[in-house]
Amino acid sequence: MTTVVAPALDSPLVIGGREFHSRLLVGTGKYATNDDMTRAIEASGAEIVTVAVRRVNLQRSNDEGILHHLDPSRYFLLANTAGCYTADDAVRYARLGRAAGFNEWVKLEVIGDPQTLLPDTTGLLDATRTLAADGFKVLAYTNDDLITALRLEDAGAACVMPLASPIGSGLGLLNPFSIRTIKSRLTVPVIVDAGVGTASDACVTMEQGVDGILMNTALAAAADPVRMATAMRLAVEAGRLAYLAGRMPRREIAVPSSPTAGMLE
Amino acid sequence: MPNAPPLSIFRRMSAGTVHRSSITPVVNGEPKAMAAGSTVADLLCELGLDPRLVVVEHNRTILRDRTTYAAQPLASGDTIEIVHFVGGG
Repeated sequence: MTTVVAPALDSPLVIGGREFHSRLLVGTGKYATNDDMTRAIEASGAEIVTVAVRRVNLQRSNDEGILHHLDPSRYFLLANTAGCYTADDAVRYARLGRAAGFNEWVKLEVIGDPQTLLPDTTGLLDATRTLAADGFKVLAYTNDDLITALRLEDAGAACVMPLASPIGSGLGLLNPFSIRTIKSRLTVPVIVDAGVGTASDACVTMEQGVDGILMNTALAAAADPVRMATAMRLAVEAGRLAYLAGRMPRREIAVPSSPTAGMLE
Repeated sequence: MPNAPPLSIFRRMSAGTVHRSSITPVVNGEPKAMAAGSTVADLLCELGLDPRLVVVEHNRTILRDRTTYAAQPLASGDTIEIVHFVGGG
């Protein structure tokens, strides 16, 4: 079902010393049904799948947990700290996620504002330092600001994840220049997280040279999540290969593709 | 494993509000009446939760080792958070 770009054409994605063969990471939120979710994730070819940490609802049946629907031996579960507005809360959620027993990785979010869901970069840096010192592989969701990205790397982040546009907005890649700048200056992988709306957004994003894309709503809110997940898998691969291939230079004049010599008199 | 509750449990309870043989820890924000001497393992069992699918935090300390659940006594006023993974981005 899932195709992966032939090894000769691309190298694996390495985060925190671990190799992955898909450059598409997906979330598990907001699907209409669990069946839609599992089929879309399968179609996406993703290996890394994000999950959130929440209280068990003791009033209802315990069927709502994602592990009833996702096989943790098949996917690399990446717990997030979505909904946390302070470094302390994010550290607490990260440790709760780790205690689930799958890995020591966290998709770190410290949100600064409920309307835009933009990150609180001060809290994000504090939480990154604390968690990195505690042995976590921190994948830090941040804005498209080079200075914050550099400081996150210094703070010990295993991966920096600038947004394409606000979470859940589907506005696509708003600032390709910033994303390219961040990618060119960081040593750790750069994965664009949030804002991708459709396949062309994913392709253009990968063409900037980033290491991967994390998306959720683009799949979950599509009329047909399985088709969109397939489109995104292809778009991420296409954009990656186009980046590696090196595009032709842009010219503002036409240049004929056929010989100008040899024309009839 | 002896299940007798430590004496401190009885001392901590305010007289008249709780039956002497019961305790009321706060579980996910709601008081829950339980038999005195109950452990974290008893709580999960009573709630019908699979210990492998949840994480328990007891008075802000995460219980990382599930084998300790049966040895972790609860007391009135204890704060228990039981969390699990749900869909998220």
